Amino acid sequence: MRDLGGHRGRGLAKTIDWKLVICYLLLILIGWANIYAAVQADEPASIFDWSCRSGKQFIWILTSFGLATFILFALNPRVYEGLSTPIYIFTLGLLVAVIFLGIEVKGSRSWFEFGPVRFQPAEISKISTSLMLAAVMSRLGYKIGRVRDFIVTALIILVPMGIIVLQSETGSALVYVGFIFMLYREGLSGWFIFIAGMAILLFILTLTASPFVAILVMAGVGSLCMCLYSGRIKWWMIIGVPLITLMAFVPMILDKAVEAAEDAVVAEMVTEEGASTAEVASVAEENVEEDAEVPFIARVKPLYILLIALGILLPVAAYFSFREMNMFSQLALVAMVGGIMLVFSADFIFNKVLQDHQRKRIEVLLGMKEDPAGVGYNVNQSKIAIGSGGMFGKGYLNGTQTTFGFVPEQSTDFIFCTIGEEWGFFGCTLVILLYVFLIWRIIKNAERSREAFTRIYGYCVACCIFMHLFINIGMTIGLMPVIGIPLPLVSYGGSSLWAFTILIFIFIALDRNERKYF
Amino acid sequence: MKLNRENKLLIGLCTAAGILIIKLFGIQIVEDKYKLSAENNTMVYSTIYPTRGIIHDRNGNILVGNRVAYDLMVTPKEVEEFDTLALAEVLDVTPEAIKEKMDEFYRNRRRIGYQSVVMFKQLPPETYMKFAEVAYRFPGFRGQARSIREYPFNAGGNLLGYVSEVNSNYLAKHPDEYKAGDYAGMTGIEAAREKELRGEKGYNIWLRNSRNKIESRYQDGELDKEAVPGDDITTTIDATLQNYGQMLMNNKVGSLIAIEPSTGEILTMVSSPGIDVDMLANFGEHYNEILANPYKPMFNRTVQAPYPPGSVFKLVNGLIGLEEGVFTPSTTYPCSMGYHFGRSKLGCHEHKSPVNFEESIMMSCNAYYCYVLRGILENPKYEFIDDALDTWRRYVMSFGFGQKLGSDFPSELGGFIPDSKYYNRYYRKGGWKATTVISLSIGQGEIGCTPLHLANLCATIANRGHYYIPHIIKDSENVTIDPKYKERHYTLVDTTHFPKVIGGMYRAVNSGFGSGGTASIAAVEGLDICGKTGTAQNPHGHDHSVFICFAPRDNPKIAVAAYVENGGFGASYAAPIASLLTEMYLNGEIKDDRKALEKRMLEANLLDRVKVRK
Repeated sequence: MRDLGGHRGRGLAKTIDWKLVICYLLLILIGWANIYAAVQADEPASIFDWSCRSGKQFIWILTSFGLATFILFALNPRVYEGLSTPIYIFTLGLLVAVIFLGIEVKGSRSWFEFGPVRFQPAEISKISTSLMLAAVMSRLGYKIGRVRDFIVTALIILVPMGIIVLQSETGSALVYVGFIFMLYREGLSGWFIFIAGMAILLFILTLTASPFVAILVMAGVGSLCMCLYSGRIKWWMIIGVPLITLMAFVPMILDKAVEAAEDAVVAEMVTEEGASTAEVASVAEENVEEDAEVPFIARVKPLYILLIALGILLPVAAYFSFREMNMFSQLALVAMVGGIMLVFSADFIFNKVLQDHQRKRIEVLLGMKEDPAGVGYNVNQSKIAIGSGGMFGKGYLNGTQTTFGFVPEQSTDFIFCTIGEEWGFFGCTLVILLYVFLIWRIIKNAERSREAFTRIYGYCVACCIFMHLFINIGMTIGLMPVIGIPLPLVSYGGSSLWAFTILIFIFIALDRNERKYF
Repeated sequence: MKLNRENKLLIGLCTAAGILIIKLFGIQIVEDKYKLSAENNTMVYSTIYPTRGIIHDRNGNILVGNRVAYDLMVTPKEVEEFDTLALAEVLDVTPEAIKEKMDEFYRNRRRIGYQSVVMFKQLPPETYMKFAEVAYRFPGFRGQARSIREYPFNAGGNLLGYVSEVNSNYLAKHPDEYKAGDYAGMTGIEAAREKELRGEKGYNIWLRNSRNKIESRYQDGELDKEAVPGDDITTTIDATLQNYGQMLMNNKVGSLIAIEPSTGEILTMVSSPGIDVDMLANFGEHYNEILANPYKPMFNRTVQAPYPPGSVFKLVNGLIGLEEGVFTPSTTYPCSMGYHFGRSKLGCHEHKSPVNFEESIMMSCNAYYCYVLRGILENPKYEFIDDALDTWRRYVMSFGFGQKLGSDFPSELGGFIPDSKYYNRYYRKGGWKATTVISLSIGQGEIGCTPLHLANLCATIANRGHYYIPHIIKDSENVTIDPKYKERHYTLVDTTHFPKVIGGMYRAVNSGFGSGGTASIAAVEGLDICGKTGTAQNPHGHDHSVFICFAPRDNPKIAVAAYVENGGFGASYAAPIASLLTEMYLNGEIKDDRKALEKRMLEANLLDRVKVRK
C-alpha cells in the first residue's frame, strides 16, 4: 500500500509490529523443525520431501506466508468490521454442513475433504467468532452489564461452541471458554470467572473425594465471599469457621458413634443371655447386619447432617439478604444452590453425558484409575519423552522416545514431546516464553489501540492462543486431560496453521492501521 | 503498576505459564522415573541363556547332558530376495514351510521391526553346517547356538522330567524368577532340582539409535552380565540298572522301584509306559502325541498311582499283630480254602493247613491274616473297634503308608489308609465290625498305596524296622541334600519282630518248587533273595501282579518293588522282573539258567490286557 489517494502515514517498516512477526516466524520454524524430527525415523527423507509431513508442512508454511502478505498488503483492515457478520454466518453454515457432509476422523465429523486437502471449519470459526465479538462489542452504547447485550454476546460464543460439540470436537469447543477472559477485560464481573472455577473445583472434588467434601468446601467459600462482600468478616470468623470445622469432623464422630452403638447392642445381648462372648458377638454382628433394628445412628450419613444444616442456614441467610436488599448475597445464594445441584448431578454428568473416552481421560488425569497401557498410555509415554529430555535435551534428531513412535500423534497434538525430549527443559521454557511474549505483546498492542474493535479482537486472539497453549502443553505433561487440540503454529496441520496465521495477521494488520495514523 | 483488569489478566497469563514451567521442571529435572523409563525404551537387553546343569547317576555316568542345536533366526527387514528352493533343500524342509513362515513374518512386520525372530527351532548341527556354508546367499538369516538336553541312557522320561519353555501359568506361579522365553524343568528330576540346574541368565546391553537399529554395546559391555551355568547334580539312580529296569518293564503298565535300604537312595524308578527320552529334548513338539497316548505316559505311576497293595500287605498286618501280642510266630491257624465268617468266605488257594506265621508268609495264606486282623481289631484292650482300627492305622502309617513319604521327587501322592471316621461315615458308628473290613487283612479294600510305598516297606523290612525317606538326589559338590534324608525312621513295631517276617519271605523264595512257596521263580542261587508276592484283585480285568523283595538276606543291598498292572499272580510277572533286577544289580549279569526267564520277561507284552479309553 503506497501513498496513494491521500493515504499518508508511516512506512511499512515502522508500522508493522516486527517483534510479533518475528515471534510468529520463530514458532513456525520451531514447529517445522520438530515435525521433521518427529517423522524422520518413520520416513527418512529430506525435510522438504513433499511426501512426508515436514515437506507438507513446508508447503503450508509457504501458503501461510502468502495469506499473511495478502492480509497485510491487499486487504483494507477496514473491511473486517463490516464483513464480520456475513463471515460469521457463513462459518456457522459451514459448521452445520460439516456434520452432514464432512468425513469422519477419529469419531468426530468435523473435516471437509477436497481431494488430498482436508480442512476443519472449527478452525475458521475461531476467527469469525472473534471478528463478530469485536464487531458487536465495539458498537457504540454496548454495555456488557446490560442483559440484552450480555445475552447477544453469550449467544455469539455459545452457538458455534454448541455446534462444535455436536461434531464431537469437545476439545475445540473448550477453546471458546477462553473468551471469558476477553469478556472480563470488557467489564464482565470477575465473579463469572470465579464461579466457573468453583464449578470445575466442585466437579473434581465430587468425583475424587465425595459430595460431602465438595459441598462443605462450597459452603465455606460461599459464606466467606458473602461475609467479605458485606464486611462481616468477624461474623464469619466467629460462626462460620467453627461450624465448618465441626462439620469436617462429623464423619469421624459418626463412625465412632456407630461403633459405640453396636458395642452397646452386643453388650446388652451378652447380659441377657449370659452366653459366651465370642458366640454372641458373632450372632450380634449378624443381627446388626440383618435385623431391622439397626441402631438409628448407623443410618445417618454425614451428608444428611450437612444438608440439614444447610437447609436451616440457607433460608436464614436468604431472609437476611432479602431484607437488606443485598443483591450480591442473593446471587451468591442462588449460586450455592446451583452448586449443590451440580454436586448431585456430577455423577450423572460424568457417567451419562460425557462420552466413554472422555470419561476415561478424566479418570486418568485425576488419578482415579491407573491405566498406563490403555488410556493413560499417551500421557505416560508423553511424560516419559518429555521427562527424559532433562535440562538441555538429547539434541536435535537424537530423541529416541518420539522418533520410535512410542508417543502417538507426535507431529500433531503431541509435538511438544519432541521439543521436550530433544531440547530439554531449556527448550520447553523458551517455547513457552515465546508464547507468553506473543500473547503479552498482542494484549499490550490491543490495550494501546484506540479502537475498541481492534482491542476486543486482539484480546480474542490472545485468549484463543492462550487456551490452545495451556490445554495442549498441559495435556502433554499430565496437567490436563487428553484433549486433542493443536499447539498453535507448531503442530503439524494446514487448517490450524492457516487459521492462526489469519487470526494473528488480521490483528497485525489492524494494529498497523492504527500505527499508521497515530 | 495499576492493578487494572489488563494487568490482572497479564498476571494470570504469567501464572499459567509459571504452572506449566514448574510442572516441566518437575518431570524433566526433579523426577528420575521418566528418565529410567526412557532408558528401558532405548536399551535392548539380549539375554544369554545359561547351560543347564548336568545330571549324573550314582556312578558318575551322565544321565542328562547338553548338546548344541541351532535355531535358524531371521531378521525380516534384512532379508533380500532369495532362492526359497535352495534354502529348503539345505534345511531339509519344504519350500511351502519357508514361504508360510515368511508370510507370517510379513504380516507381523510392524511388531517385529528390526528384530530377529526364530524361523526353525533346534536344527541338528549337521543341518546347520550345511546352511552355514551357503549362508552368504541368504542375507538376514543366521543360526543361533542353543544348548538343549541330551540323554545318553534311556532312563525314562518320567524320572528325568522334561524341560520346556515356561507358559503363562508357570509365570504366574513364579513371577519374579522367570520371564517369557525362559526354560524350566517341568517334571521329574528336572523339576525337583530346578533351582540348582537352571543356572543364572546373563545379558548383553545394546543401545538402539533413534531409528530402532542396534548401534553399539552399552558402555562397551561393562554392565553386561555373563550367564552362570547351572550346577551339576548327582542322583542316586544307577543308570545301567535303570536302563535294564526300563527294558524289563517295556510293553507293560506298572512300576518298578529299587531302593538301597541302608541309605534310602532310589536306584531305579521306572514308570511304564514312560516318555521316550528321544521325545524329551523336544518335548513341545511331541506334547500332543504324548497326551493322546491312551496309556498315559505322563502319569508317573511310581509316586502317583494309589493301588491296593495286595498280599504284600500281609507283612504289615503280621508285624502289627506280633507287636500287639494277638498271636505269636508259632500260632497256627487253619485254612480250608479260605476264611469263613457267617455265611461269607474270604477265599484262599490250596495249601497245607494249619500253618504257622512263617509258613503263612511263605504260602501267602489269606485265612491266617483274617485271624490276625480280627485279633487286632477285636483286641479286648480296646473298648471300641474304632480305637482298635485307629491303633492299627497308626502302626500302618509308621511304615510310611497313607501319607507322602517326603521324597525329593516331585508330585508324590500320599495314598490312603482308612480310619474309624471313614467307616463310621460309611456304615454309621457301630455299624461295622472286624469282618466288615476283613479285606484289609490281605491288602485289599479301602487301601491305596503307591509303588514307592511298597518299595519303602521292603526297605524297612530289609533294615529290620527302620527306613530312610527314599530320595533321588545325592550329596555332591554343589548340592547338599536335606538332612531329613539321613535320619532313620523307626516303625512302631519292635525291631525284634522283623526277623520272623524275613524268615517267611526267605522261605517264600528259596523253598524250591513244590514246597508251596509262592515266589520260587524269584530264587537266584547265592543271592538269598527274600520276597513276598501279591496278587491285587482287579474288578476291571486281570489281577495286578505285585512283588517286593530284597537281597541278600543279611546286609541287604537292594530292595525292589514291582507292580505290573494286569500281570496276574505275583509270581507271573512282578516276581520275575523284580528278581531279574536284583540279580542284575548284585551280580552284574543274568545267570545262564535264568536267561530264558529274562527273555520271556523282556518280550512279554501285556498292553492288550490293559483296558484303556481310546
